[in-house]
Amino acid sequence: MLYVVITYLWASILLYLLLGGADFGAGIIELFTSRKNKGVTRKTLYSAIGPIWEANHMWLIIAIVILFVGFPVIYTTMSVHLHIPLTVMLLGIIARGTAFTFRHYDAVEDDMQNLYNPIFAWSSFITPLFLGIIAGSAVSGHIDTKATSFLDAYIFSWLHWFAVAVGLFTAAICGFLASVYLIGETDNDHDRLRFAHKAQFFNIAAVLCGILVFAAAFAENIPLLDWVFGNWVGRIAILFATLSLVLMWYLLYQGRIGLLRPLAGFQVTMILITTTYRHFPNIVLLKNGGYLSLLEHSGHEKTVYTLGMALLLGSILILPALFYLIYSFQKKGASQAH
Amino acid sequence: MDDFIAARSQMALSLGFHIIFSCIGMVMPFFMAVSHYYYLRTNENVYKNVTKAWSKGVAIFFATGAVSGTVLSFELGLLWPEFMKHAGPIFGMPFSLEGTAFFIEAIALGFYLYGWDRFNKWFHWFTGVIVGVSGLASGILVVAANAWMNSPAGFDYVNGEYINIDPIKAMFNDAWFSQALHMTIAAFVATGFAVAGVHALMILKGNNVLFHSKSFKIAALFGCTAALIQPLSGDISAKDVAERQPAKLAAMEAHFHTEKSAALIVGGIPDEEKQEVKYAVKLPGFLSFLAHGDFSSEVTGLDRIPKKDHPPVAITHYAFQIMVGTGMLMMLVAAIYFLALWKKRDWLSHPLLFKLFVIATPLGFIAVEAGWTVTEVGRQPWIINGIMRTADAVTPMPGIVYSFYTFSAVYASLAVFVAFMLYRQIKMVGRLYND
Ligand code: HDD
Ligand code: HEM
Ligand code: HEM
Repeated sequence: MLYVVITYLWASILLYLLLGGADFGAGIIELFTSRKNKGVTRKTLYSAIGPIWEANHMWLIIAIVILFVGFPVIYTTMSVHLHIPLTVMLLGIIARGTAFTFRHYDAVEDDMQNLYNPIFAWSSFITPLFLGIIAGSAVSGHIDTKATSFLDAYIFSWLHWFAVAVGLFTAAICGFLASVYLIGETDNDHDRLRFAHKAQFFNIAAVLCGILVFAAAFAENIPLLDWVFGNWVGRIAILFATLSLVLMWYLLYQGRIGLLRPLAGFQVTMILITTTYRHFPNIVLLKNGGYLSLLEHSGHEKTVYTLGMALLLGSILILPALFYLIYSFQKKGASQAH
Repeated sequence: MDDFIAARSQMALSLGFHIIFSCIGMVMPFFMAVSHYYYLRTNENVYKNVTKAWSKGVAIFFATGAVSGTVLSFELGLLWPEFMKHAGPIFGMPFSLEGTAFFIEAIALGFYLYGWDRFNKWFHWFTGVIVGVSGLASGILVVAANAWMNSPAGFDYVNGEYINIDPIKAMFNDAWFSQALHMTIAAFVATGFAVAGVHALMILKGNNVLFHSKSFKIAALFGCTAALIQPLSGDISAKDVAERQPAKLAAMEAHFHTEKSAALIVGGIPDEEKQEVKYAVKLPGFLSFLAHGDFSSEVTGLDRIPKKDHPPVAITHYAFQIMVGTGMLMMLVAAIYFLALWKKRDWLSHPLLFKLFVIATPLGFIAVEAGWTVTEVGRQPWIINGIMRTADAVTPMPGIVYSFYTFSAVYASLAVFVAFMLYRQIKMVGRLYND
């Protein structure tokens, strides 16, 4: 049952990265869109993600509940030492969620939109940035549970180049996912081309940030190269990710967009596999060489069992409904959304 | 302000904020479903307009409720890591089931909001009902977690260790039934009165009277029915508290001295130093009756409880008085409304009736906030009643004060924004729904 729970944890993180990520990315794209095209971007965005918008963000809640029920020590250690980035991320979530809703539901059309839009766009960038920082910090070995000074315990646990690079990388991935997603949602060639360019832009950004991650890891003595290339799973996943990257560029040039989405999803999945495989089961690495392990630091057996059952039961109820939701709005053409 | 107080205040603020949105998120879908049902039955356009206008309100509240809830699930760890380390695996069951309920709610809301004219109309209606049912289910489930803090169950506490953990037993703790019942009814009272009050105001102003009359009636019926039964469920809660948390009951009632045929104290200013209540009205024997169903029974006073385990008496007492007071007022309003419906039809269009509801607009939510203050402050100094002290649970990180200031500012501005948004929603009713 423990493995069932871990699978759910991993899957919710992946889904949050893919679906929530595409969502964040849509806001990031707005940041990089010229003023005259912003309106179209916004409209496409809304009709594309409106119906499943709430559902996309449930994955984060599922992940966090799994953590605090099943792996309380991991949850609390991260909560204590990464308090500040977690708080920033929360503020980002608040700002983004409410700005998104307000700008759509505000009954009066006036300059208030000029307030909501930048809040939405900037928080769409800051939230995944800090999500990445949190993820990066967890494995960077900078969390020092024995630290006595405020700076060591609560600031340098997350404020270092590696974490920041991972954060930027995450944000770039989000932008990339969103552009690829939106390519398929437009109804004219002009916008399609525009989103294709965005996809290329964010793809390059992601690759650059990826290089930055490796450089930072090297500078901070984090054996990232070994984690990624030191085992065959990592090597194969990276190979696949690279191949799909090449294929995507090719398809983009050909203007064949049908396969783009699955490929982008595939690529991000491969990246997550690479980065998590080698760590498993240790998802938090501490400064003193210690670690927190999903296998050793799980809750009591009975808790894990009931948690697993609850998740399985939930999936039976949720997944068909979710697929039907996505299916209905895909089929009926989301462009008619009100 | 020290960090411990800041952490408590931040928790209280976040929960106090969230509860407003969650009450509305739980109850509004039912109003919507009723009005939608009338529309499907009668084909009168006004019901469709009411449904659509409300569903926009629900979307705004849902999103705000969802983000504030997400914040809470992190805050539990950010502020109370020591508590979560031990409590998470024990009281986590309702949270993991709640996840399912939320998810279904979010999916159903997607169908509902975007499904107009796309699906079979009854299927579409039904998704709206699902939104309400799953919202209610999440509320009931999360209260199980809170009830567990009041009435810990499902584990053995031996030498500071939590062993023999049974999450199912923990979920079905003694306090769950009475709290969940009371909370669910409270959500209907609060939302019913708030919505009815806003529409009553619009009727008085003479704007879109047909639209607002229909809305008013649906909300008022829900709110008033719930307001009539709420005191009964409050009585169940009080008896429950008397059994499991005598200290909380004593604080609620400012009951300092253990005695038989204890008097119910109404109003008054408790003085914790001198152990007395000034300027109060005393109803002899009624406290015994309220707590144990017998006018002569003995009620434990604060004198039987070690000083270090006393909850703050004054706050708990005032909060309890406010809840009961507003509860009684709303019951009265409800009685008048039902009398009007039943015997005095001509009162139904009388401005005084609407004025009454306008005045009562915030009462339900005041009662909800007061009630939670009773429950939470009355449990102090414990975070897990009798097992773990709140002071031992707080995060070691210094500087929580700043976090509290930040969140206060954020919540304050959000509250302003949501109010502004609703104001604009209502202002536009005339233009958007003019057919
Ligand atoms: C509209 C809201 C509302 C109204 C009119 C009332 N209450 Fe209440 N009360 C609540 C809303 C509420 C609440 C916010 O929902 C609480 C907080 C925790 C809970 O379970 O319900 C609560 C808690 C609560 C508790 C503490 C329960 C616990 O700690 O387990 C008691 C003893 C009462 N109530 C009793 C009453 C009585 C005797 C009322 C008589 C009129 C009353 N309430 C009206
Ligand atoms: C939504 C309704 C709720 C409100 C308005 C509310 C209100 C409050 C208040 C006023 C406090 C501060 C008490 C004090 O320090 O004197 C508090 C503390 C707390 N509440 Fe609640 N509460 C609610 C529900 C819950 C639920 C459902 C949970 C958990 C599942 C919970 C968990 C806590 C925790 C962990 C604390 C901090 C420790 C403490 O002070 O006891 N609360 N809450
Ligand atoms: C007694 C107090 C509480 C009640 C009655 C309550 C009820 C609800 C309801 C009905 C919703 C759905 C929101 C909506 O439809 O607008 C919701 C959302 C949420 N609540 Fe609470 N809640 C309470 C306290 C808490 C606490 C203590 C936590 C966290 C530990 C929490 C976590 C959440 C989360 C994560 C969401 C967002 C899920 C979503 O998107 O629907 N809630 N709550």
